[in-house]
Parts: sequence; C-alpha cells; structure tokens
Amino acid sequence: MNKVPTPPTPPPPPALHADALTVTRGARTVLDHLTFTVPKGRVTGLLGPSGCGKSTLMRAVVGTQARPTGTLTVLGHPAGHPALRSRIGYVTQAPSVYDDLTVRQNLDYFAAILLADRPTADRRADTTRVLAEVDLTPHADALAGTLSGGQRNRVSLAVALLGTPELLVLDEPTVGLDPVLRRDLWHLFHDLAARGTTLLVSSHVMDEAERCHRLLLLRDGRLLADDTPAALRARTGTDTVEAAFLRLTDEGRAPARTQETLR
Amino acid sequence: MTTTHPATPTATTRPAFSPTRTLATAARVLRQLRHDPRTIALMLLVPCAMLLLLRYVFDSDRAFDTIGASLLGIFPLITMFLVTSIATLRERASGTLERLLALPLGKADLIAGYALAFGAVAVLQSTLATALAVWPLGLDVAGSPWLLLLVALLDALLGTALGLFVSAFAASEFQAVQFMPAVIFPQLLLCGLFTPRSAMHPVLEAVSDVLPLSYAVDGMNQVVHHTDPTSAFLRDALIVGGCAALVLALGAATLRRRTP
Repeated sequence: MNKVPTPPTPPPPPALHADALTVTRGARTVLDHLTFTVPKGRVTGLLGPSGCGKSTLMRAVVGTQARPTGTLTVLGHPAGHPALRSRIGYVTQAPSVYDDLTVRQNLDYFAAILLADRPTADRRADTTRVLAEVDLTPHADALAGTLSGGQRNRVSLAVALLGTPELLVLDEPTVGLDPVLRRDLWHLFHDLAARGTTLLVSSHVMDEAERCHRLLLLRDGRLLADDTPAALRARTGTDTVEAAFLRLTDEGRAPARTQETLR
Repeated sequence: MTTTHPATPTATTRPAFSPTRTLATAARVLRQLRHDPRTIALMLLVPCAMLLLLRYVFDSDRAFDTIGASLLGIFPLITMFLVTSIATLRERASGTLERLLALPLGKADLIAGYALAFGAVAVLQSTLATALAVWPLGLDVAGSPWLLLLVALLDALLGTALGLFVSAFAASEFQAVQFMPAVIFPQLLLCGLFTPRSAMHPVLEAVSDVLPLSYAVDGMNQVVHHTDPTSAFLRDALIVGGCAALVLALGAATLRRRTP
C-alpha cells in the first residue's frame, strides 16, 4: 500500500468536532455518543461494515439527518447551519444526478445553484475544471443515465467539487471503480487535502484505510478507534488496518460474551 | 455533554428567493423534458385529440360549447398534476432533492422553478388546445380567448401544486399515479361537467363548493357566455389562483432539509 505523504503543519481549529453525537431511529440507536474531531486539510477515513452508521454520521455532518442530539460543530458552525451549505460538498452513496440530463447540463445546473452570484464565465470554468478532475471530459455531452455506474458516481463527485468546498463528505466514492480509477481518485483526494480541503471519506474496503491520514472506525454506531493508520496498527500489534479492526471488534465483543456465559 | 442541539438552526442566513436559482431550476426542468420528446408530444397532442374526439362525439355545437370549454380547464390540471407528481417523486427518490436542499437553494426557488417550467408548458398546451377548439372546431366563445388561456394557466398551476403536494405521500410511481383518481376524479365528477352543480344534491353541491376545479370550470363558462370579464369570473380566477398558492405553500412544507 502506498504511503500517505505528511502534509505541512496542521491549522489548529478542527474542521469537525462531535461531542456525544447521538442519532436514534425509532427504537434503534444508530449513532451512540460519538466524540471525535476531524482535523482540517486531511483525509479522514470513516470505516466500518455496512449498516454501522457511516452514512447517518455523514448525513448528520451535512445537516440532512433529522434530530441529532449532542454537539456537532462543522467549520465553526452547528451542523446544518445555512452558512455551511456552500462550504460543504456531499456525495451520497447512490449517485444523485439527473439521468435525463447530460453530464455538463447536470454540472451547469448545480453550478448555477451553488455559484448563483458568480459570472457565467466563472461557472463555466469551474464545470470544466471538475470535469477534468474526475476524468469525465470525454463524456461531457453524454446523458448521465447512459453512463456506467462508476461514471455516474464520478458525475456525482464532480458536482460536489464545484465551488471548491472546504469540506468534502464522500460516502463510498470508490465503489464499483476499477483499480486504476480508484488510485486516480485517491490521488485527487490527496491533492485536494494538500490544497487545504478537509475530506471525510467512508469506505468498507479496508485497504483504502491505509491511504487516509486519520481513521474513524465505526461499528454498530460506536466509535472503535480514532487514530492514524500507523498508530492503530502499532496499538493493536497488527500489520494492516483490517487486522486492527478485527482485533478491536473482538476486544469489544469479548466482555459481552463473558457476561453471557456467566449468566 | 448535556446540551441538546436544536434541530433547526436560526433562519437568519437562509438564502432568500433568488431569481438566478429559480430560473436555473426552470431551465433545468425544461431541459429534462427536452430529452424526452415523447412526453412533450403526449402533453401537447393528447388534449387536442380529446377535443377533436369530443367535438364529433357530441356532434352538436351547443353541447360542445359547454363541455369543450370545461375540458380546456381540466386538461392542464390533469397533465400538470401527473407530470409534477412523478417529477418530484423522482427528485425525492434519486437523492437529487436531498442534494439540492443541502445546497444554498431556497425551497421557494425550487417550487417557483417547477411552477415556471410547467407553467410554460401549460401555456403552450393551452394555446394549442384553445386555438383548435375556437377556430377549426367552432367553440363559441363570447369573451376573449385570452381569458380562457388565463384560467388554463391557473389550472396548470393548481395541478402542479397538487402534484407536488401528493408526491410527498407517494412512496413509488405506482402510488403517485393512483393519487390521480383519488385527488382529481372527485373534483371532475363534482365540477359541473356532467351535471350542473346547482342541480346536484345539496350535500354534493356543498362539497363541490369547496373544490377548486369547480371554480376553474365555472370561470371557463363565464368566458364562454359573457363578452366582458364578469365579477363572477374574477372571483373564480382568484379562488383557483389562491388555491394554487395555498397548496404550493403546503407542498413547500413537505420539502424537508432534514429527514429521518
């Protein structure tokens, strides 16, 4: 796995700060008292099996999750604050683009919403830039609905890159991509981080964890770890993040099992 | 931590109504339609075909005058109801609505954008249908055909508003289509198209008094029978427009930035 380059001195205030963040859906606790910070200008990976609460956490950060409790501060504002809407780029797991518009028409529309007060030439330049960044320039005039799943994911990503947001929240952005594209996207993420963008990237592919500066490991709505990949491996005495995750899961489970057998 | 965070932050910095965003939304909706020529053709030609059919089914100028004018008010309502409910449902299901509401887009911008785009289509549809009815088919209109067009436009807005509103309660396109008979048919039966409203059972007449389509049809008939806009016409037009505005506002309330 390739090594993560260390960025220059990190700026002090975190991009994200959560304290006892809790989300319940019906009787189920989806997020259970999460407390963590996400530093600015870094790629923070949010890892865990599907259904562990990754998407809910991301929705809470973006401000589309109803009734979160606890504290969640995003770029100095409470999550969901209207001032954050132009400062966060968000990519949902399923590509949220208009299938009956071309790639460029999709971008033009979202650019008009996001950058309404900028001149048309600026918006054009921005759509051209994001098209190139996700490597879709040759498909600019194709209908989004005719593209492959991976390509539509990248259209969705391109929309999130419009206006160069300070925080990018990407829910499984590399699903369904071939290894070359995956590598290219991770290069892009690191480029963006080097330019000062904060990235929160979820994945359930553990090998992607090694490419993150920091990791949040989530399981059943609880935080298993909040550390760098190297520190995580060292702490658990394992070679890979995947092994570390398994070790931490087993450790978390062990006391519960003992109790059950005692009863 | 003991503080519980307020779910809704202060509304002070909420983006106000923005003409740029509204027009961009309207242009986007029309662009989506343009990639779907079959839908455009159906929206524009079906009302014309129905009028043509109706003219020869009745085969008497008298009956066509009454029913033809009513239908000119009913078509835009039904078409826009269907198109809007499906379009908004798709917007909700595809995640684009969630994405838009996470962007600096006011709900008013989104709704006005939809209303503007479908309103434009309705104008086109009504122009074609009215022109066909008035000239080749000989619909006898005492008043100005422009007033027919105005009522048709208000009906289209009402259809858009109702479609937007019910799409919040439809979990699938199947359900959305089923809302059409549920929401539109009772109004169709009670609007005076089949029996004059004054001849109905008092209970039914009372119900028809609170349904907006009744006023749309009444307004159309006012234009057919009177040379100048009557006060009754004005009242009918205001009621239909007011209902459209009210239901649009209700529809806006169903667009939630935060969902469970």
